[in-house]
Amino acid sequence: MIEDKVELWVVIFGLGLGSFGLRFLFLGLVGDRTLPGWLMRHLRYTPVAILPALVAPLVLWPTSTDGEVDPGRILAAFVALAVGYVSKNVIAAILSGAAAFAVLAWIGL
Amino acid sequence: MAADGAMSSYRRGIRDGLPFIVMVGPFGLLFGVVATEAGLSVFESLTFSIVVIAGASQFTALQLMQDNAPTLVVLGSALAVNLRMAMYSASITPHLGALPFWKRAVTAYFMVDQTYAGSILEYERRTGMSVGEKFAYFMGMATPICPAWYILTLVGALVGGAIPEGIGLDFALPLAFIAMVAPALRTPNHVVAMVTAVVASLLFAWLPYNLGLIVAGLAGMMAGAEMERRRGA
Repeated sequence: MIEDKVELWVVIFGLGLGSFGLRFLFLGLVGDRTLPGWLMRHLRYTPVAILPALVAPLVLWPTSTDGEVDPGRILAAFVALAVGYVSKNVIAAILSGAAAFAVLAWIGL
Repeated sequence: MAADGAMSSYRRGIRDGLPFIVMVGPFGLLFGVVATEAGLSVFESLTFSIVVIAGASQFTALQLMQDNAPTLVVLGSALAVNLRMAMYSASITPHLGALPFWKRAVTAYFMVDQTYAGSILEYERRTGMSVGEKFAYFMGMATPICPAWYILTLVGALVGGAIPEGIGLDFALPLAFIAMVAPALRTPNHVVAMVTAVVASLLFAWLPYNLGLIVAGLAGMMAGAEMERRRGA
């Protein structure tokens, strides 16, 4: 139980300010100044690098299974990736991944 | 004409943002439940979600406060989990940097995984959007997503522990991100960036404070950029 309400409010507002600072860091300070070519070249790959890096450990070691590997999740992840890559359709990819996850869970994988 | 463009971009953003309620909602709900179980009032839980608006950080902070960690450790760890927001900020700056200061501040507040990912992928897909249309699209994405986070936190705090476990809701976030990234793999450079980031994220998962994510993200970006330098975009 969290008893210390002063600490709680310090954390809420400290975290709020800090999170805003991180989000504003480049957008607010750099603005429309041109960024150097090498930096732009790296930034182009931010979404396809950081989002998979966020997801991969969650797929391989899900928190809800206490980190136990679940083959159903891994297969469903590949189904969503393949459908999304081929069809270029986000919704089709989500639905096929969810369907694969449900079917694999149902057959006990 | 420009106003029409912004309006239709805003509407397109809303439409593209709506499905994300399905992934944001359960986490908001879960946060509300977990927060009240940790001893927070409904008001405190809701304020937490409105002020911080970052799920992973909020869960981290809650966990560490329950473990009686020092306040500085709580703040440091929860912010480390949120370091990726600085990368999002850098990545979206070439698109939205020309906006007036207050619009950049508004964008920063609403920058979460889903609004960032949805918007940046749209900017890449639909080249030639004006900066006004890009901002409108971003705000369109935020319109269903961010209030869903607040409202479901509130609902979670009110209903407490009545959520069934073991229906695999935690898989909604990975699935949605995979589905968003897959169509963005437009060139071999993108594929190399993704594969490198995935391998690195698993190799460095043992690093504390989610730093493995930052290391893996940087590794993927460097791999993609190096490929581009060698063989072109």
